[in-house]
Amino acid sequence: MATAQLAPVPQITVDRVRPQPRGWRGWVTTTDHKRIGILYMVTTFAFFCLGGVEALLMRLQLGSPENTLVAPIVYNQLFTMHGTTMVFLFVVPMMAGLANYFVPLMIGARDMAFPRLNALSYWLLLAGGIVFYASLFWNPPEAGWVSFVPLANSTYSPSGGEDAWIYLIHLTGLSSLLGAINLYATIANMRARGMSWGRMPLFVWAILVYSVLLIFALPVIAGAVTMLLTDRHFGTHFFDPANGGSALLWQHLFWFFGHPEVYIMVLPGFGIISEILPVFARKPIFGYRAIAASTVAIAFLGFLTWAHHMFTAPVPEAILVFVLVSSFLIAVPTGVKILNWIATLWRGTVEYSTALLFCVGGISIFVIGGISGIFLATFPIDWQVNETYFVVAHLHFVLLGGAVLPIFGAIYYWFPKITGKLLSEPLGRVSFGLIFIGVFTTFLLQHVMGLDGMPRRIYEYPNVGHLHLYNLISTVGSFILGAGVLATIINVTITLRRGVVAGPDPWKANTLEWFTPSPPPQNNFDVIPRVRSSEPMKDIRGEIERRTSGAPSAGAATVPAGATQVGI
Amino acid sequence: MGHLASAALAFFTPESGGSQNANQINTLYKIELVIALVIFVAVEAALMYALVRFRARKGAVAAQIRGNTRLEVGWTVGAALILVALAALTFAKLSSIENPPNSGPEGIRLASASGGQLLASNKRLPPNRTSLEIHVVGRQYIWQFVYPGASEPDGLGAPYSYEEMVVPTNTTVTLDIASLDVVHSWWIPELGGKFQAVPGYHNYTWFKVTKPGVYRGQCAVLCGRGHARMIATVRAVPPAQFEAWRARQKQLLSEANAQAKLAREKIKTQTGAGKVENP
Repeated sequence: MATAQLAPVPQITVDRVRPQPRGWRGWVTTTDHKRIGILYMVTTFAFFCLGGVEALLMRLQLGSPENTLVAPIVYNQLFTMHGTTMVFLFVVPMMAGLANYFVPLMIGARDMAFPRLNALSYWLLLAGGIVFYASLFWNPPEAGWVSFVPLANSTYSPSGGEDAWIYLIHLTGLSSLLGAINLYATIANMRARGMSWGRMPLFVWAILVYSVLLIFALPVIAGAVTMLLTDRHFGTHFFDPANGGSALLWQHLFWFFGHPEVYIMVLPGFGIISEILPVFARKPIFGYRAIAASTVAIAFLGFLTWAHHMFTAPVPEAILVFVLVSSFLIAVPTGVKILNWIATLWRGTVEYSTALLFCVGGISIFVIGGISGIFLATFPIDWQVNETYFVVAHLHFVLLGGAVLPIFGAIYYWFPKITGKLLSEPLGRVSFGLIFIGVFTTFLLQHVMGLDGMPRRIYEYPNVGHLHLYNLISTVGSFILGAGVLATIINVTITLRRGVVAGPDPWKANTLEWFTPSPPPQNNFDVIPRVRSSEPMKDIRGEIERRTSGAPSAGAATVPAGATQVGI
Repeated sequence: MGHLASAALAFFTPESGGSQNANQINTLYKIELVIALVIFVAVEAALMYALVRFRARKGAVAAQIRGNTRLEVGWTVGAALILVALAALTFAKLSSIENPPNSGPEGIRLASASGGQLLASNKRLPPNRTSLEIHVVGRQYIWQFVYPGASEPDGLGAPYSYEEMVVPTNTTVTLDIASLDVVHSWWIPELGGKFQAVPGYHNYTWFKVTKPGVYRGQCAVLCGRGHARMIATVRAVPPAQFEAWRARQKQLLSEANAQAKLAREKIKTQTGAGKVENP
């Protein structure tokens, strides 16, 4: 066969890769980026389920007015746990998990730059999660995921739950910081020959910027929670107005971290969308440079907009005006991305795979969150809608559309690479349909609840106007959403037992992770190909095709086995 | 049809009708909503169209286009222009939202405010510098409203109320918002936006009610376990009724003070604890 000449001679580089111990010891002692990536993803998905159950309990409580299902204290604990879990134990580390697994593969590296540091990052994350959830057996925190002082100080939150929250921030923060340094070093130094900055996959661009954002933002929150810790236990008065401290300082520090944190969560989601859309549209990404540049622009502007979370706080008018302008400004690169994605689909041949559906669904949901963000950036309007269910709706549209749906897209897209088996597409579509409908049913009417005057973080509401009806619809929606997540869990469980074998490149994708077998061997690549464009795998497939058929043909789909022969 | 559209628009807009600032925010919101709906429909329609029109069919070949600089510059500038327009609109509307007007001739008569307090950052007074200034004090889990009219030189003895703020109609009411413990947020949706009560800081807003009535709201920043029950009501009454109410509050206060004084005397004689400091 002609391909035989093309397939490189397998070079087993075991002298450089120690075989991993079998069984559980293999997982505990591993420094392999792929195993660490799997640990990250499984752990964070488990926390996602916990956070989801907390959300469902809250929605049950709010399903009817003046409900007494959960006590006020339990309700406060639920939303504190839910918000903290979803941000610090799900979205941010899930992106770290995906990056861990796929960044080295996508750039043609054999591992991360610092494999042991990488393992430490994961175990710190798990420790943070355990410390935080251990508070369930004593007193969980109840001051909200933003832990505003003085409510979070030792006078008003004397229980250790608040300290568990502080340690969670410290441990997961350290985990993310080390992970970010590792990812940055990997991307900066370990790219395959020929992969210049301008040929890096857009997911890798997103992870590069994610890492930079983490490196700048995390020290601020680490400092702030340390100050809170010493205020609580060691007699300092950083946030105590009675002793010369400032309660407003906390809000500034928290949001100086908290706003970039939003982009830390959604930029990798944007990266996933930018990878998946071109594959299933069979068309290159539209405006590669614009998308990469807008990622950088969003990251920079993301550090100038934190005070839009503080429009109702006593801050000078000049800050309000400045932050309105900077927040409007950040809408431009974000909008540009959405238009680029639509243009990527335009004149393509779009295959409705589950991965693509999750990405397109994510875009359409994110658009709503983006537009409601313009209302919130207009500070007089923010005065009416801030701290209400309007904001709850806004942030869920942003994070579900910008991060969670793309994560589900990533699961369907990359599961075959990780396990070698294809998830069921029909069940995937069911999962997508339920999640998509669930998101709108749960959150669309929450805008109206907020506009009607329902603040967030309240355990009960009076039966006035249509509040009961809206809340009931929202509660029903949250269970539809939950059922959609369950469908994917079932899908994964079934597929792990008896899934269709995927082969190395089931989607005919563009990036290097598909060059290697599924699941990839421990050393990732026996031979690392030279990269000649931003779509190296497409080039490789084209080359195989040229050599096997003698002449180039339009239908790339006619050589299904080509990649297999190259990869193994 | 127009009626239906305005009803649909009202369904999706913030509360208003109590005070000029709330009404102006509502107007600003509606203009933004119309622009936002146009953008929303355009973007979602383009997305759906691309999905349906360009779905994979037999024989269809994807166009290998990598970008179009003109188009990309065009939509970047276009998006920026829309936002410039929105920012201009917001700044044009700002003074009618932030700056309180003078009280109407039907309102209560007010003494001129002291000018020194104007140094505070966001505090605004009507052009004639007179308003009914009420101090809003948040604490777990109740709002206190302190009216001008202190009977003692150190500011004590001013009439006050809890939970329900009684105000005269057609009178500009300026609020000085503070907190005694944790962060709270003052909000009566129909009377304008919300403003945090942060311990150690003062925050300011205003409203001017024209229609007598009851306007309800509640604390908008998580302040602890009782947050959901930290409610506030503003009852707007004609000026004469307000004066009567304030006189009654003052009288109740002085009566209570007198009783307290009596009780203190009693304690002294009963226990013989005359030498105890600060009884």
